Amino acid sequence: MKFAVIVFPGSNCDADMYHAIKDGLGEEVEYVFHTETSLDGYDAVLLPGGFSHGDYLRSGAIARFAPIMPAVVEAANAGKPVLGVCNGFQILLESGLLPGAMKRNIDLKFICRNVELRVENNETVFTSSYKQGETVLIPVAHGEGNYECDDETYEKMLANKQIVFRYNEHVNGSKAQIAGIVNEQGNVLGMMPHPERAVDSLLGNQQGLALFTSILSNWRESYVTTS
Amino acid sequence: MYKVKVYVTLRESVLDPQGVAVKDALHTMNYAEVADVRIGKYLELQLEDVANVDERVKEMCEKLLANTVIEDYRFDVEEVVPS
Repeated sequence: MKFAVIVFPGSNCDADMYHAIKDGLGEEVEYVFHTETSLDGYDAVLLPGGFSHGDYLRSGAIARFAPIMPAVVEAANAGKPVLGVCNGFQILLESGLLPGAMKRNIDLKFICRNVELRVENNETVFTSSYKQGETVLIPVAHGEGNYECDDETYEKMLANKQIVFRYNEHVNGSKAQIAGIVNEQGNVLGMMPHPERAVDSLLGNQQGLALFTSILSNWRESYVTTS
Repeated sequence: MYKVKVYVTLRESVLDPQGVAVKDALHTMNYAEVADVRIGKYLELQLEDVANVDERVKEMCEKLLANTVIEDYRFDVEEVVPS
């Protein structure tokens, strides 16, 4: 399976994401610069964390107009797995691939620590290697992770099981402690916590690796079924 | 030439964490009369002469300058004569 890690000016978790795929998962991965216009030949797209375009104006607002973004939207519409972590999540929100928006954390502090997440839906291509309701420890590092959406959107996401991860505690003020959501089709996941920083026992935490093994095993299943 | 002043604020229905922090600070300083604080962005655009300037600026606001999921915007257009 071949993964693309999109690199924006200001991305700073691109190397972590690359390492998670290459060394954690043991699959093919390449960096794709934001000025590229095609994602042909890639089976999954990863939008890493960081501060794309310096977060000027709003997090993700400028990256959303990068030349590569039409190809990201195309990959999402084609049903390929698209994962946005932290700033990547913010870019997915700004581009309309996921509903809602991000605000500054409720206490205005940058939060950098491990947090407990609850797996709310393990029936997605990103979470099938987790157990339903399982608690996983994943690091967060963000200043704008306060997820906001209107009640109508929330009810709709709840009904469609689009809320995939919730924080076990009040971390940043997010509506209903939402930490990660998928689109209606279930192939685009945005989450604030960093699974790519939790794939190596040397660093004391491997609980994020199951997210990437989920993507791989689901891709293998569909590949085997359709060919 | 036009000078356009754009104001972007969080919607009334959305809690503004920065505004709350500043309101609390003002209360600590004994400005008890402050009932609410909203913090937003102020942008100044200089535009060349263009037809339908209002429509163009509205587009810019909705596409980039404001996130209409949580933000409101308003703008004033001023015609300026270059000296």
